[in-house]
Amino acid sequence: MDFLNILNLTGGELIGAYTAAYVLCALGLAMHFGFTGLLNFGQAAFAALGAYGYAIATLTFGWPWYSATLFGLVCSALFAVALGIPTLRLRADYLAIVTIASSQALVSVFGVGQYRDVTGGSNGLSQFGESFYALNFLPDQRIELGVLTYSSNEIFIRIVAWSLVILGALLLLILTRSPWGRVLKGIREDEDAIRSLGKNVFVYKLQSLIIGGTFASLGGMVFVMTSQTNQPVTWGTDFTFMTWTILLLGGAATILGPIVGGMVFFALLMFLQNILEGLVNLGLLPFLDIAQVGQIRYLLVGLVLMLLVIFRPQGIFGNKKEMQFNG
Amino acid sequence: MANSISVGAASPGCKKVDPILVADNVTRQFGGLTAVNVEHLEIPRGLITALIGPNGAGKTTMFNLLTGFDEPNSGRWTFDGTDLAGVAPYKVARMGMIRTFQLTKALSLLTVIDNMRLGAQDQPGEGFIQSFLRPIWKKREAQISERADELLQRFKLDSKREDYAASLSGGQRKLLEMARALMSEPKLVMLDEPMAGVNPALTQSLLEHIKGLKNDGTTVLFVEHDMHMVRNIADWVIVMAEGKIVAEGPPAQVMKDQAVIDAYLGAHADTDLGTVAIKTIKAGK
Amino acid sequence: MNRLLKGPARALRVLIAGFLIFAGLLSASPAHAEEADPSTYAYTIAGTMLQEETPIPGIKVTATLGDFSASATSNEWGEWSIMVPELGQYQVEIDKSTIPEGFALTDAETGAIGIADLSETDFAAVLFSFGEDTSVGTSFTDLLVARIFAGLNFGLLLAIASIGISLIYGTTGLNNFAHGEMVSLGALIMWITYIVLDQNILLAALLSIAAVTAFGWSQDAGLWKPLRKRRMGLNQMMIVSIGFSIVARYLLLLFFGGDTKDIGGGGNIIELGPIFTSDITLIGMAINVIALAGVALFLTRTRVGKATRAVSDNASLAASTGIDVERIIRIVWLFAAALTGLAGVLYGLQFQASWLTGFDILLLLFAAVTLGGLGTALGATVGALIIGMVVEVSTLFIPNELKYAAALVILVIILIVRPQGVLGKKQRIG
Repeated sequence: MDFLNILNLTGGELIGAYTAAYVLCALGLAMHFGFTGLLNFGQAAFAALGAYGYAIATLTFGWPWYSATLFGLVCSALFAVALGIPTLRLRADYLAIVTIASSQALVSVFGVGQYRDVTGGSNGLSQFGESFYALNFLPDQRIELGVLTYSSNEIFIRIVAWSLVILGALLLLILTRSPWGRVLKGIREDEDAIRSLGKNVFVYKLQSLIIGGTFASLGGMVFVMTSQTNQPVTWGTDFTFMTWTILLLGGAATILGPIVGGMVFFALLMFLQNILEGLVNLGLLPFLDIAQVGQIRYLLVGLVLMLLVIFRPQGIFGNKKEMQFNG
Repeated sequence: MANSISVGAASPGCKKVDPILVADNVTRQFGGLTAVNVEHLEIPRGLITALIGPNGAGKTTMFNLLTGFDEPNSGRWTFDGTDLAGVAPYKVARMGMIRTFQLTKALSLLTVIDNMRLGAQDQPGEGFIQSFLRPIWKKREAQISERADELLQRFKLDSKREDYAASLSGGQRKLLEMARALMSEPKLVMLDEPMAGVNPALTQSLLEHIKGLKNDGTTVLFVEHDMHMVRNIADWVIVMAEGKIVAEGPPAQVMKDQAVIDAYLGAHADTDLGTVAIKTIKAGK
Repeated sequence: MNRLLKGPARALRVLIAGFLIFAGLLSASPAHAEEADPSTYAYTIAGTMLQEETPIPGIKVTATLGDFSASATSNEWGEWSIMVPELGQYQVEIDKSTIPEGFALTDAETGAIGIADLSETDFAAVLFSFGEDTSVGTSFTDLLVARIFAGLNFGLLLAIASIGISLIYGTTGLNNFAHGEMVSLGALIMWITYIVLDQNILLAALLSIAAVTAFGWSQDAGLWKPLRKRRMGLNQMMIVSIGFSIVARYLLLLFFGGDTKDIGGGGNIIELGPIFTSDITLIGMAINVIALAGVALFLTRTRVGKATRAVSDNASLAASTGIDVERIIRIVWLFAAALTGLAGVLYGLQFQASWLTGFDILLLLFAAVTLGGLGTALGATVGALIIGMVVEVSTLFIPNELKYAAALVILVIILIVRPQGVLGKKQRIG
């Protein structure tokens, strides 16, 4: 087993564009759940709308990257409004079921063969990044980092992705420390109390849903921009629950939490995958084959999620006193 | 018997000289059960009114209806001349009618001072766009914090300023909730069982605070289960039983009212039966 | 990395009609096979070209996904297979010019394209339909009757699986996202006992139900009861159940593999007017109705059933009248697991068994329970019948892929109109 290689691959995950994409989604979820108490189990749909919005605007309408980005954000925001108006008055556990149901319903629409011309059906869409990568100002040469080499575009997407993460985190920091953020935290604790103090709870929840949704929208765009492919299978419930795991790993009511949570999560997964693959190749795990290693990684996601919620609900960075679960 | 509060003699649903809240024909049914059926109700301005009655009399439901937290099957009511039926709870609160809850709703994972600040109105920083522009809301925030500190001092919670509300005792939470309700300088404060679950030492201080509100010119309406508790502080007592107003008047007069005694006797009979049932079960084990 | 991130979207998949071909395909080749050496590709798409019973040789088939594309030609038995390098949903298309004389696609326009869903499994079958379409000329009424029948059957299956969710929610407040895995387990154990071990069908079914019941009991005793003792919040428990569902699902995948297992073989076809069904389906429906009646009797006539309803109504009040709440919860778990095991067996016999069987219908189960009003068994039954009906009847009007989405949209609409569900009670505040 080549440990240096494994460590390099693991380190690569820390700054990976996919990692940044998940972190953006998790920051959005921190807004929803950590600061407002909304049980949103449909984060994948917001990300999917960002990704499809961008891709369709580019491929079908022929728009440049900035209009396409805006279009993706607007799609996610509209979905937040459409989802929020009927459901935000419902009890928290109903909201969970309705968001996961709406998310799956939406994603299944993207996969339908009849709309193949626009959505690409189950194959999805690809090659929509030309306008975006035209912005790449980096010299066109491969850059070596340890055993990993990155193309100019790969470096560029990483820079953009992590800049978005930093901007998003700053935005969230300003918001949550403002009186507006204080009302949200109040709603998280007890929305009837906040109502009795003269705040329009519904509007705050809707705003939170929209803001967190647009974070996921950006995450979705970053995600598909990396490989320039966007397939409906990406946006299943696993995407949502992976985001939840990252959020809870870092700490739901924190801003640094989702960021470090995402980095730790993917680095750990990559590390484990390589160690397991190495052991399988050495014949030390005769009951496993290589394909099953990937399955074990998912299993670990579930296990981490369970153990976190049971034993450390406040996550890595969360304040024990401000741990996140009511009811 | 004449008094200075009601127009004419005190009787269930009587008119008041200067009412702040007037309700007509308010009914609320849960399934087949009529929880509230109030023909006419007026709350006198600037005084302390106690709404008493046995468990299940519909006091809390009435509170929920008046503050918009529940929708009635029928009825209209006005607050300070403004029609309130069907108005959302947050709008009711903004008009100056603030309520508390039977099960205290302290915001556990916020600090005591943040709890207080949330009680304030007109903080522009509570708008989404404005929240980014600190200069817009900085000044108001300072005013709010000042008032919050005053109130915390008055309610002897100033030493807990930076603690999470979760760390407060039950009685302190009641105090916090009451202090928070006062942040917006409401015209009418509606307290749902402020004395429930509070130890006797703190009860006295709570009663003093309620009296203090009246001195500030605030109208107080509070729900209480135990009618002896209200004797000392209430100027007016309204008695509910089985969803209806069965008696009202000054405390001393109401205590003698046969309808009130009947209502409570009925309730006591219930309590006794309950106690007996539990004892039987324990014996059975 | 890619494998993980392209993550499988497993709910709402199209149920592939027809029979599936089993192939003992090994996937021992390296995972990273960027080099274009097809012999190292780990995944297979395959099928058989048949018109009536006659194999069609020489048809060219192409599978594409993004930039990747590979072709194969059907052999003298009509069989073809394509090796592909990575997971995903492949589009599989017939080159129409290669269809020999005397053969024709049933639907000349859209029938040449199929989808191979390789998002989970390392093998997918794609079937193309040739020859006259026997359903052509069926009147709308006949179609509707057939769909309603299918909806009734599906609704009954959902009902028996969702009552478990409802009872557990009612007594413990837990929204158990790991419920679907009990359905999968029931179906998969049925496959083991009935097909692999070749046992008598009744014995196999009883063994399967017993296995799921044991799983339910140990799940409660080992996980949920300790969490209840710690007074864990309900939302927190719900997220634990999501984690548990993922763990259980991937354990099923590791143990049983990713292929879809055919248990019932369809049974013997029975024609009832416009309805084509099978003896297996009819017997399954009968068992289902009997089981539902049993649930109703249990809840209304037995002491334990009445106690269950009392706990659902108000657990602390029930406790104060001398009901042992933990005992009731234990019984509810056993009962719910047994019913869910039965649902798994019946579902497996009529449709298919795989590690995703339960997960695929989980959201429909939740929709049913929520629709009826959380926590009432009758509500879950009514909700399940509505959902089953919507799913099946909607296929007359919208693409088949969207039939589950239609049910979920109905759920959202009903909750807007009636947030407490069809049979639920409004809650009091304060």
